Amino acid sequence: MDLKLKANQIRRDTLNCIGALGVGHIGGALSIAELLAVLYFKHMRIDPKNPQLQGRDRLIVSKGHAGPAVYAALSERGYFPKEMLLTLNQAGTNLPSHCDMNKTTGVDMTTGSLGQGFSCAAGVAKASSLRGDGATIYTVIGDGESQEGQIWEAAMFAAHHKLSNLIAFTDYNGYQIDGAVDEICDVAPLDKKWRAFGWNVFSVDGHDTGAIDAAITSAKRKRNHKPNMIILNTVKGKGVSFIEAAKAGNHNMTMSREQTEAALRELE
Amino acid sequence: MFESMEMRQVFAAEMEKHMAENKNIVIIDADLSKACGTYPLRAKFPDRVFEAGVAEQNMASVAAGMASYGFLPFIFSFTPFASRRIIDQVTLSCLYAGQNVKVVGTDPGIAAEYNGGTHMSMEDVGLYRAIPGSVIFEPVDAIQLAAALPQIIAYPKSMYIRLWRKYAEPVFSDDYKFDLFKADVLKEGSDVSVFVSGFMTQAAMKALEGFKAAGIDAEIINLHTIKPLDEATILKSLAKTRAAVVCENGNVHGGLCEAIAALAAQNFPVPMEFVAVRDRFGQVGKLDFLAEEYKLRPEDIVKAAKSAVSRRVFP
Ligand SMILES: Cc1ncc(C[n+]2csc(CCOP(=O)(O)OP(=O)(O)O)c2C)c(N)n1
Ligand SMILES: [Mg+2]
Repeated sequence: MDLKLKANQIRRDTLNCIGALGVGHIGGALSIAELLAVLYFKHMRIDPKNPQLQGRDRLIVSKGHAGPAVYAALSERGYFPKEMLLTLNQAGTNLPSHCDMNKTTGVDMTTGSLGQGFSCAAGVAKASSLRGDGATIYTVIGDGESQEGQIWEAAMFAAHHKLSNLIAFTDYNGYQIDGAVDEICDVAPLDKKWRAFGWNVFSVDGHDTGAIDAAITSAKRKRNHKPNMIILNTVKGKGVSFIEAAKAGNHNMTMSREQTEAALRELE
Repeated sequence: MFESMEMRQVFAAEMEKHMAENKNIVIIDADLSKACGTYPLRAKFPDRVFEAGVAEQNMASVAAGMASYGFLPFIFSFTPFASRRIIDQVTLSCLYAGQNVKVVGTDPGIAAEYNGGTHMSMEDVGLYRAIPGSVIFEPVDAIQLAAALPQIIAYPKSMYIRLWRKYAEPVFSDDYKFDLFKADVLKEGSDVSVFVSGFMTQAAMKALEGFKAAGIDAEIINLHTIKPLDEATILKSLAKTRAAVVCENGNVHGGLCEAIAALAAQNFPVPMEFVAVRDRFGQVGKLDFLAEEYKLRPEDIVKAAKSAVSRRVFP
């Protein structure tokens, strides 16, 4: 399977999803398109026909505002029809801005209050290891989100409990809402921090599906009783020139019909 | 005054004046300074307006530390992260330790619209109300907000400010006289006391037509300060009308409804109806949809008033 094509499709569907409403958290959604492609189309042992399958792999998107990208990936994977993407945030929708496990088939945890999803992922990984069901638990946090103290509480917990079944990603796109992460409250050096907290750390180009795939594979092979952090070096708003150029301004951006069409043309 | 300015713009513009005079005021943001309106103040006071990043709990206790050194910190986030996320830090580092920190939460209740349930605080007033010695202030419009700021700054203890951040239709006029601890009687009436806070104030003013059509002479009282309550004004009104409706943009549990019900129960019980969120979480949607969904519209206030009036008893 061509994961690059899948990532492109997720990007296009994310744009359609947010474009249908006219506003949304576009930047941090586009920056994880490759990750979602690699997880949903290569690594995750899941069954869209049986979304609650016992012992399945799970993905907890702790940066819950990336919902639209997750919805794009889930619909591409067959969890629900593409038309549903056009209902983002409409009255009574099953696709709210932030991921909601009680509304959207395929979403494994309700997130949106930053920091919490990551701890939930540690809890899920702990539960899976107690059950011994062999599931791999994936989770993704933002670089801005990494400023939350709760992230580092979970970091200690996961290392202490030797949760090697936990594979986490940091979307290191360099921006949060108010500006550049290194100007707001710097989180660097992330690799050294995670290593010091007792994690296996990998750092890859987050827009290179092959590199993400390889990092996940080597994390799975480690078997050294440590949780895994894969730092994805990414671009916020990746793939569309005017969205990338908006920098922090693309966090929650209006998207007119014309802008959406122009963006889709760039991705042809 | 303030014409079409958003509440966050008014807050920032007024703070700019106060910060120029009072060098102890500092503003700390948690990556929502654009959303909360404080962003432009950074360029004006680069030393005294700064970021904690997405780390609200740290922000609250950092602010308490600065307060112990003589600074007057204002900290900002959306209401859920300015309440439930940091309630222990505000309770202990700020109120229990006696440190003066003004916590500003924006987008109360259903105001969060597309941000949905995770960003909607139905419980913030209840949480803050339950802290000993807390003060909760929720402005209705730009004029009231601007009038309140000097008294908020002068008040020597921590406060929670529940701020509508977008445009709010004006209710008060330019000659408005504000007292932080006095409720405002917006309209006198004899049939029912309608107690309102924040965004429900505009809804109650829009209900005036409906009251008239129903033949109800409503007294409308704005409680900009939800705690402590202006008990004298409330009880005086209840003694006159003998029926009440309480309206708030938040959960019926723990908030203004229960505060007034408790006051009435102990002093002057009357039939009382509530227009509030009925123990439900938030969800995504536009304001009109949400107001309908949670029954926070002018017509819901009129309906509640009819019911309260019909249950009145006279000695
Ligand atoms: C506890 C909490 N505080 C604040 C917010 C508001 N908020 C949503 S996204 C965001 C910035 C996140 O930046 P980052 O983690 O870098 O996300 P990305 O760049 O991947 O979109 C903030 C402050 C929130 N959702 N939760
Ligand atoms: Mg970021």
